[in-house]
Amino acid sequence: MSARILMLGWLALGAVLAASPAQAEKLIVSVSNHRVTVTPNYSGEELVLFGSVEKDASTPANRTYDLVVTVAGPRADMVTRRKERKFGIWINTDSRQFLKVPTYLALFSNRPIDVIASPEVQRRQQLGLNNVLLTQRVSGDYADVVPDDVFRSAFVRLRKQHGLYREETSAVTFLTPTLFRTSIPLPAEVPIGLYNVEIKLFADGALLAKTDTAFEIVKVGFEQFVATTAQQNGFVYGLITAAMALMTGWMASIVFRRD
Amino acid sequence: MQLYLPIADIPVNVFLILAMGAAVGFVSGMFGIGGGFLMTPLLIFVGIAPAVAVASVASHIAASSFSGALSYWRRRAIDPLLAAVLLTGGTMGTALGVWTFTLLRSLGQLDLMIATSYVILLTTVGGLMFWEGLRALLRARKGGPATVRRPGSHGWIHGLPLKMRFKRSKIYLSVIPVVVIGLVIGFIGAVMGIGGGFILVPLLIYLLRVPTSTVIGTSMVLTLVTMVFATMLHAITNHLVDAVLALILMIGGVTGAQFGARAGQKIRGEHLRLLLGLLVLAVGVRFAVELVLRPEDLFTIRQTGVAG
Repeated sequence: MSARILMLGWLALGAVLAASPAQAEKLIVSVSNHRVTVTPNYSGEELVLFGSVEKDASTPANRTYDLVVTVAGPRADMVTRRKERKFGIWINTDSRQFLKVPTYLALFSNRPIDVIASPEVQRRQQLGLNNVLLTQRVSGDYADVVPDDVFRSAFVRLRKQHGLYREETSAVTFLTPTLFRTSIPLPAEVPIGLYNVEIKLFADGALLAKTDTAFEIVKVGFEQFVATTAQQNGFVYGLITAAMALMTGWMASIVFRRD
Repeated sequence: MQLYLPIADIPVNVFLILAMGAAVGFVSGMFGIGGGFLMTPLLIFVGIAPAVAVASVASHIAASSFSGALSYWRRRAIDPLLAAVLLTGGTMGTALGVWTFTLLRSLGQLDLMIATSYVILLTTVGGLMFWEGLRALLRARKGGPATVRRPGSHGWIHGLPLKMRFKRSKIYLSVIPVVVIGLVIGFIGAVMGIGGGFILVPLLIYLLRVPTSTVIGTSMVLTLVTMVFATMLHAITNHLVDAVLALILMIGGVTGAQFGARAGQKIRGEHLRLLLGLLVLAVGVRFAVELVLRPEDLFTIRQTGVAG
């Protein structure tokens, strides 16, 4: 019995030792802009993520690397509804609630995820839209269902149509064997908030290193002023809007007065 | 020129929105209606969320009806007492409407509600108007008088109690139907994002026999007040009024309305009613087709809450 525990201990130590050379790689990354500002003429933006793989003496030479970049926007609860024909018209019947799912989700890699890692690693590391955890509430239970669940796939498909979810398996390019870049397209519909970028480095199907960075999209100046006033001082905001309507109407009747 | 809307959270082309405002303003000036039943679907079509569209159009209608009401006031074509009684019902209806709007939004049936009410309301009103306009036109062709006036006929409505004398309109009428009509208009206005002028005018003319001279001006006052009220309530409860969007619509709308009003004076009354009937009917049929045909996508997503 005790011998068995000892053996397990040795195995664990062995695993740590075996893993430590893999820690030899370090990722250094940066995004081109950490603060995207939304001004009246904002119409989306494209950020660039670049970085390099730092090696040390223990790194095996000529190792080829794979990279998977996951960009996740602010999280929100969403409902996916399905229409059905009832009494001759199409109405929303069934629905599924998605809890705290990213409003924007982009996955970029240098080659197809299936050749980067095994299905098991893909699932554990949440690589690709099929493996990212999207929690659903199914009548009281909280779970992520299988990737081909109708509500989940409809959800992902609709988000993709609006450019809010994307998966591009050739977006990451290696400029040199260790220097890489990828662009992060942010269409104008992308929500305001904090975005997390997770970069994972693989070689021979195993995770070698990972690092995080972040950027934020914020409304500034006039846009911010209007949005916060509308949210926090609804009454004043309503009064101002109504006054504005009356002013416009009054001015029109003065300008176009014919008598 | 692209402009990012602070509440709708999407960039729009300013000239497109201005043109839409002007086009709808032209129609509304021509027929003496608010034009919300055209504006709201157009905004939804360019990608603005239905809830934001309904809330923002309310303030746009307030602007165009205020400019209209001012010119009618100068011509003494407004019955203040009739407007006041209509408003008592109107404010209650609006409050009820905004409350229903919030409720339906949480139930996920807001789109269905908006679409079905558009279909029922627009096809009925449009159909009736079109039919009435067509008959008037045919009568005119035959050489008879274009409009049949029946000043002596009194329906059951005129037998109701609580009668009141409306001096400017020269009618003696029960308060009950007036308040009920105000309530209905206020309610549908808040739920559907329409002023309801195109329903109110025929109701006042055919049901209450209010003379045409004071009908449009009075209906504009009602529209104005209910829409100002609806703007306030939408801003307080749903925080969905986009002031920037509303301002662009208003500027386009009030300008278009002036030219529309001039064009409207050149067209004969029966033709005008026929055209308006056709327009209302067309919008109603469009919504009906959308409900009956299999949608392109059976699934929709709606954000329900921000989790930070």
